[in-house]
Amino acid sequence: MSEFKSGSNLEKVLKAGHFAFTGECGPPKGANVEHLKEKIAHLKTMVDSVNVTDNQTAVVRMSSWAASTIMIQEGVEPNFQMVCRDRNRLAMMSDILGAYAMGIRNMLCLSGDHQRFGNHPQSKNVYDIDSIQLIGLVKKMRDEGKFMNGEDIDVPPKLFIGAAANPFADPYEYRVYRLANKIKAGADFIQTQCIYNMEKFRDFMKKAVDMGLHEKCYVLAGVTPMKSVGMAKYMSTSVPGMDVPESLVKRLQGAAKGKVAEEGIKFALEQIEEFKEMEGVAGVHLMAIEWEHKVPELAERAGLLPRPKV
Amino acid sequence: MIIADRKPITEILLMIKDCKKILILGCKGCVTVCNVGGAKEVGILSSILKIARKKEGAPLEVDEKTLERQCDPEYVETIKDTIDSYDAVISMACGVGPQFLSEMYPDRRFFPAVNTTSFGGALRHGVWSERCAGCGTCVIHYFDGMCPVARCSKSLMNGPCGGSSKGKCEISNEIDCIWDKIVRKKMEQGRLEDLLVIKDAKDWQTARDGGPRTSVREDIAL
Repeated sequence: MSEFKSGSNLEKVLKAGHFAFTGECGPPKGANVEHLKEKIAHLKTMVDSVNVTDNQTAVVRMSSWAASTIMIQEGVEPNFQMVCRDRNRLAMMSDILGAYAMGIRNMLCLSGDHQRFGNHPQSKNVYDIDSIQLIGLVKKMRDEGKFMNGEDIDVPPKLFIGAAANPFADPYEYRVYRLANKIKAGADFIQTQCIYNMEKFRDFMKKAVDMGLHEKCYVLAGVTPMKSVGMAKYMSTSVPGMDVPESLVKRLQGAAKGKVAEEGIKFALEQIEEFKEMEGVAGVHLMAIEWEHKVPELAERAGLLPRPKV
Repeated sequence: MIIADRKPITEILLMIKDCKKILILGCKGCVTVCNVGGAKEVGILSSILKIARKKEGAPLEVDEKTLERQCDPEYVETIKDTIDSYDAVISMACGVGPQFLSEMYPDRRFFPAVNTTSFGGALRHGVWSERCAGCGTCVIHYFDGMCPVARCSKSLMNGPCGGSSKGKCEISNEIDCIWDKIVRKKMEQGRLEDLLVIKDAKDWQTARDGGPRTSVREDIAL
């Protein structure tokens, strides 16, 4: 019996006690494999695992499991994302089996953005089960070798189970409870929403540590560098559950002409330095949205290279 | 009650474009209470259709009637002597009405004048809000009298998603996040710990997912 739940690189890095570093890659709006491979190439050897988003913001893209398998072929470990919006439990279980069969070893379980945000708002949503129930389902399939209905699985999928946490959504007092429930349901690691309000995140992590949650699960702090003042303003006003302090907007506005993106990167680097020391934080999840080519520079400047080989 | 909204006049006109004589049939049930398909609304629709058709140079003869209920054969039967004199009947009841009419009068034509939207109630005069999804297995007792199946945009059973912001749902500032209300009520009553119990996946067999539903009450069924 392996000491590992899935044996993924991410799991090994975390279990060995290294400060983990994960990236993110959105599949193309089409079957443009070359474009996908280009994005993947920027991330290769820079991170421990790369999240492959599942129709993020409810916009149709190449399926997350298919893009994940291309990523494997390119020598990068995917973290296959699955949302509850588009699949019922049958489709979820069959895709989980398929993903595992194709070599996928990490999976992130999410509710998913409502389809009203996306490019097919006319669609019917599914939400047969929610994200916490999905975490429990993947754990049951892995640890008990059973489908949701209790029937045996012929070769169970061994996946390292991830979940998201958003400390900045409301009601704040409940958020650490939701984290606790995700861990109780079976999450092995957590990736948080993009953090900008450090004060609030410190408080959230303190609450999580007080509940002993950091000992049961690896928490990776979410970082997205701001590219512009417009992006900061958009995120603060138009993205639900996002908390961008006015002080950060002012800081970006104060940057010299042509230096706003650099200021955004500096802020991200300061965050990463703090996360390295923050109790309960086991790594950083970098969501460089359509900025994959910046990841090597960021990783280098954050002192996160070379990535550990385990 | 069942909530409905009236269809656009252009859509109704299109349905009856080949008709010369119609009956507009209201219902004294839910659609009267939500001011969409009672006697008053039957009168208004009748006037609008007649004026529109007169302008088109194709006058329309319209009779008006409102039944006690259109979801009960006992009342649907009361139009049997006159129904053959119409080219079509426009039902202003919920989606049940035109179907009960069609079932009783299979050789006649029936059109819906309303879009049936939800089960809910009046928040104030002129504003109705959904409260129930008719899932067939009520779970409101777990959620302090609030239903996440009907009122959470994602029907989440284990707390608010990451899009809950300032008491509102991620899909619109006009929609309350019901999970925000559930959590706050639990906090106010010192029972937030209730939410540390994970709810299992719902069995949707009793909902529409299990196929069309029929309720049989053996004690009163004839």
